[in-house]
Amino acid sequence: MRSHHLMLGTAALALAAFTTAVSPSEAQASETLDAVKAKGHLQCGVSTGLAGFSFTGADGDWDGFDVALCRAMAAGIFGDPKAVKFTPTTGKTRFTALASGEVDVLARNTTWTMSRDADLKFEFTGVNYYDGQGFMVPKSLGVTSAHELDGATVCIQTGTTTELNLADFFRANNMSYEPVPIETNAEAQQKYLANACDAYTTDASGLAATRATFENPKDHVILPEIISKEPLGPLVRHGDPEWGDIARWTLNALLIAEEKGITQANVQDMAQTSEDPEVRRLLGAEGEYGKMLGLDNDWAIKAISAGGNYGELFAHYLGTETDIGLERGLNALWNQGGIQYAPPYR
Amino acid sequence: MSTTTMARDDGFRIGMLLSDTRYRSYTIQVIAMFVAMLGFAWLVDNTIKNLAALGKDFSFSFLWQPASYDINQTLIDYTSRSTNFRAAMVGILNTLLVAVLGCATATLIGVLAGVLRLSKNWLVARLMTIYVETMRNVPVLIWILITAAVINEFLPAPNQFRESVDPALRASPILGGLLVLTNRGFYLASPVWLDGSEILGIVLLICLAAAILFRRWAAKRQAATGRILPVGWIVAGIVVLPTLLAFLMLGMPIGVDYPTLKGFNFQGGVYARDSFIALWLALSLYTGAFIAEIVRSGILAVSHGQSEAAFALGLRPNRTMRLVVLPQALRVIIPPLISQYLNLTKNSSLAIAVGYMDVTGTLGGITLNQTGREMECILLLMGFYLVVSLVISAVMNIYNSRVKLQER
Repeated sequence: MRSHHLMLGTAALALAAFTTAVSPSEAQASETLDAVKAKGHLQCGVSTGLAGFSFTGADGDWDGFDVALCRAMAAGIFGDPKAVKFTPTTGKTRFTALASGEVDVLARNTTWTMSRDADLKFEFTGVNYYDGQGFMVPKSLGVTSAHELDGATVCIQTGTTTELNLADFFRANNMSYEPVPIETNAEAQQKYLANACDAYTTDASGLAATRATFENPKDHVILPEIISKEPLGPLVRHGDPEWGDIARWTLNALLIAEEKGITQANVQDMAQTSEDPEVRRLLGAEGEYGKMLGLDNDWAIKAISAGGNYGELFAHYLGTETDIGLERGLNALWNQGGIQYAPPYR
Repeated sequence: MSTTTMARDDGFRIGMLLSDTRYRSYTIQVIAMFVAMLGFAWLVDNTIKNLAALGKDFSFSFLWQPASYDINQTLIDYTSRSTNFRAAMVGILNTLLVAVLGCATATLIGVLAGVLRLSKNWLVARLMTIYVETMRNVPVLIWILITAAVINEFLPAPNQFRESVDPALRASPILGGLLVLTNRGFYLASPVWLDGSEILGIVLLICLAAAILFRRWAAKRQAATGRILPVGWIVAGIVVLPTLLAFLMLGMPIGVDYPTLKGFNFQGGVYARDSFIALWLALSLYTGAFIAEIVRSGILAVSHGQSEAAFALGLRPNRTMRLVVLPQALRVIIPPLISQYLNLTKNSSLAIAVGYMDVTGTLGGITLNQTGREMECILLLMGFYLVVSLVISAVMNIYNSRVKLQER
């Protein structure tokens, strides 16, 4: 069902390039921000469903680690984390959705690559999750290393970098495999559980998230090999750097907040009482930094209030306390052994 | 008051473009064409401006870059280092494969079901009614997904064929190992040509030629004397017996490559993937239901007097159907059949739903996604389907002009 709509969607988007009215692209303060403010909400592209990253909760609202980033952006712009609408996109439809203007920002565990940046004309505005591609196999298969997968049938989500990494990995190791291209994570999961493929490959975080939803997660192992670098981050279209700045500094604000100990609970107090100059600048107590982005001066307070700082979001959606149970690892702050590092707010 | 005669003398006036029925239609056509061209120009202009605004150029050079992804079913040599163009060709061949096979089986199923639906046997006729109504009233995408799900969920995984599996649960190949049905697809044993198989081939060709000659002779004899020989049996004898004899005398030069479980999957034989089977089967059954109705309508369109006349001449029911009714019914059947073939071919683009890598999956899917050339890929894709559809139409129209009623 879905794929049919996808094709229609792709065709419709190609057609949309025909028909959407042309807006003159004169250099001025962020056009996208003006458009977003005019329509009263942010349109955010997310995954069609990946436990922990973007999923619909019991109340039907979108929730998750990627979703939270959009909510923080909306909060920074409108002061209301609910002022955002979500467009579920597949690996295949996401770039068309962003390029055609259907969404304002894409927060959909998308790998930052050179060609996506330069050729697809997108601007990656940071990395909210440092990931790498891994393999999951049933424990009963008895496989302990990805190098033992010669001749295996491997399920992959089509339209992703994992597809290319997989081809490279097997080629480099002189192994053969049978790729089974699949449209969404949910379908891949079904095929994998039916044993129609020996292994499922995607970003290791995605594997952990998928495994958490299985009936018997313990029957499946994630192989130790990480075969690629997958810096996942939010992205916007080329051509509106001011809008990119808003997306970039929303993520940076959440990172700085964690670094400085600003949490959802204490952000209001910190804004009043903190003596730390960077905290004061971030929370608008000092300087006109919000204005530089075209936002209110207290935008960061609103963004942090939406769901908390980076660490809080991670712990809430992905951390070891959750079903997904991911360690911070590379995603710990730079001063705690990881590589999450926000430039100074000044 | 004869204004008409007055007007005729006046010659041409500009107002007549609207008031005079002789010119009015031209006026409307010219205006309509002008509006259509204006609309088209606006679309093209907008596209160019929009692409420019997005900072995108219009170029097909991506076709010659390495595709970098793997495709499971490739009818021509292909690796992840091949170009996007080659990936598109692989997809095109996969599309054509499923379309051609689908059209053939759909026709077979359709003719059979259509004829049987008219059967006097109550049970057979009702069963065919159920088949036709259930298949054509549910969207084809659902059928494709159902077929794939049935294969994936109910057939045994290759693991279950292992010796180590508890014998009560173990699955085994069927037809003496010639066919293995797994949830990843079907493996069929394939012949291996050994020394001496060329001679066998020559013997077979000679036998076929002899059979054709015999059929001609039998037809002539029937035309001259009216006596009918059991041609089918004799032809079968002419072809099978000497070939079998040669096969045994040459020491059985054809071996069999049995699919065997090696590593994760079966190896050897011909591998038809689950995605291919699901797509092929679902498209054939779905389109077959429509063809069945077309065939039924074609048969019913032949006047009842024709079959009564044939019966009066002593022809048995199956000969009446084959020699009298079907040839006339074809005239009614062919034109709507063309649309069904076109439908099947275009419906094959739903392939990605089950992971079959047709041209929509390669060129319109992964290539489009990895290169970001939406406009170019979609245009190429539209061009491809347009050309294929026109070719099918052309071929079928030629056939139609041969079977249609010859008016003299």
